[in-house]
Amino acid sequence: MSSSHDPVAVTGLGLVTSAGIGTDASWRGVLAGEGTARTDPALDGVSVNMSCRVDDFDADALLGRKASRRLDRFVQLAVVAAREAVVDAGLDPQNWNGPRVGVVLGCGMGGAHTWEQQHKRFLSSGADKVSPMLIPMLVPNMAAGQLAMEFGALGPNLVTATACASGATAIGVARDLLRSGACDVVLAGGTEAGLTPLSIAGFAQMGALSRRVDDPAVASRPFDIGRDGFVAGEAAGVLVLERTADAAARGQRPRAMLAGYGASADGHHITAPDPTGQGAARAMRAALEDSGLAPSDITHVNAHGTSTPLNDVAEARTIQSVVGEQASVTSTKGVTGHSLGAAGAIEAAFTVLAVQHGLVPPTANLDSQDPEITVDIVAKAPREQRIEAAMSDSFGFGGQNAVLVVTAA
Amino acid sequence: MTVYDRVVTILNDRLGVPAEDVSPETTFEQLDLDSLDLVEFALGAEESFGVRISDDEAEGLRSVGDAVALLESKGLGVTQA
Repeated sequence: MSSSHDPVAVTGLGLVTSAGIGTDASWRGVLAGEGTARTDPALDGVSVNMSCRVDDFDADALLGRKASRRLDRFVQLAVVAAREAVVDAGLDPQNWNGPRVGVVLGCGMGGAHTWEQQHKRFLSSGADKVSPMLIPMLVPNMAAGQLAMEFGALGPNLVTATACASGATAIGVARDLLRSGACDVVLAGGTEAGLTPLSIAGFAQMGALSRRVDDPAVASRPFDIGRDGFVAGEAAGVLVLERTADAAARGQRPRAMLAGYGASADGHHITAPDPTGQGAARAMRAALEDSGLAPSDITHVNAHGTSTPLNDVAEARTIQSVVGEQASVTSTKGVTGHSLGAAGAIEAAFTVLAVQHGLVPPTANLDSQDPEITVDIVAKAPREQRIEAAMSDSFGFGGQNAVLVVTAA
Repeated sequence: MTVYDRVVTILNDRLGVPAEDVSPETTFEQLDLDSLDLVEFALGAEESFGVRISDDEAEGLRSVGDAVALLESKGLGVTQA
């Protein structure tokens, strides 16, 4: 058991994003600050036919053909990210105490691709031609369940669903499992692979997506005056979390510390953020209080920054009023697009990397900052900055907010 | 193409089983295929051969040879496709 302000150690990272497969490749990609959105042939016939897809993800090669065909892509991405995170943490699943290892992953959608494929088969060939793998490949909790099988992680095992905040919620819940003493190690993160015609059509009909389909690479442009919606992406990110004393006892130097988690609900609207930002502000304040830090201690924010007109201005105002003006702000979604249930996890990882390396990735495609947004947005090139404490925001449809505070190791 | 050859193709296409791992004596257990895989295999065989395979028949299959025998018992030989 540990006291309420004790941070936990982030000892391992694994990333699979449209910026690259692997933590180093993804980090280099977001530092390069180039949008990864492309025209997506899989979305032919949808008005918004672009996405931030993970290119060159060869599931058969990475997981074996027999294993990969039983896993929807959102689970495949999670397995690859988790393998990297476990190795990065210097842990050997052959030797760990499995019942003390938990898995908490966020996922907004689950096996959208499997669902659509099997629904087509249902309509064209009949109910008795539906694959017996439909349900095991569809359900979002299979991402965590598969990691239990993969690594013998036999402790608490679950998937959180708070839409676009799912990955951050998962990391917060994982932290609580360490603080309560329920686990000694937790694999925490998020995964999403919902770039299917039906789901993208749904987001498009909501008016949530950028329509800049003629120039996809510049379509995701958080905080820019010309932003017109997000670009959907896919990704997985996994962090290995341990109590600080446990990491120290086995001589593993943390990349950074997870010092705070705060969550709240807007209670406002099914998709629109509360324009007053009160829900987001409550989550930020809760995370600060949880970390024992003052607002002025936070010198960097990895924003939710979706590139939607509503989110970015409301979020920037809230950052300014809760955190203050001293923090550099970036949105890595300019590069990666919005990977929904994975976003909070990959952005937590980018926040860890920013703190660890003293380097803030630029917000891609920020050519002309919205004059209503007056926080210090990092653009064009990475900024060298020594960061003692940073914040990562995630806000989900449904008004579910999760904020993490990351501090230097 | 013989019934056996087509069964090997279905195992490969639907279940990712390499052809070189399969012989008529190979059991589904040896291929690490479970009851869900057998249902998937049966769906593939139904589609390929245009026959109906009941759940009981699918569950009763132990080896690749069993599957070939079952399909041949439904009057299938060297194929039309």
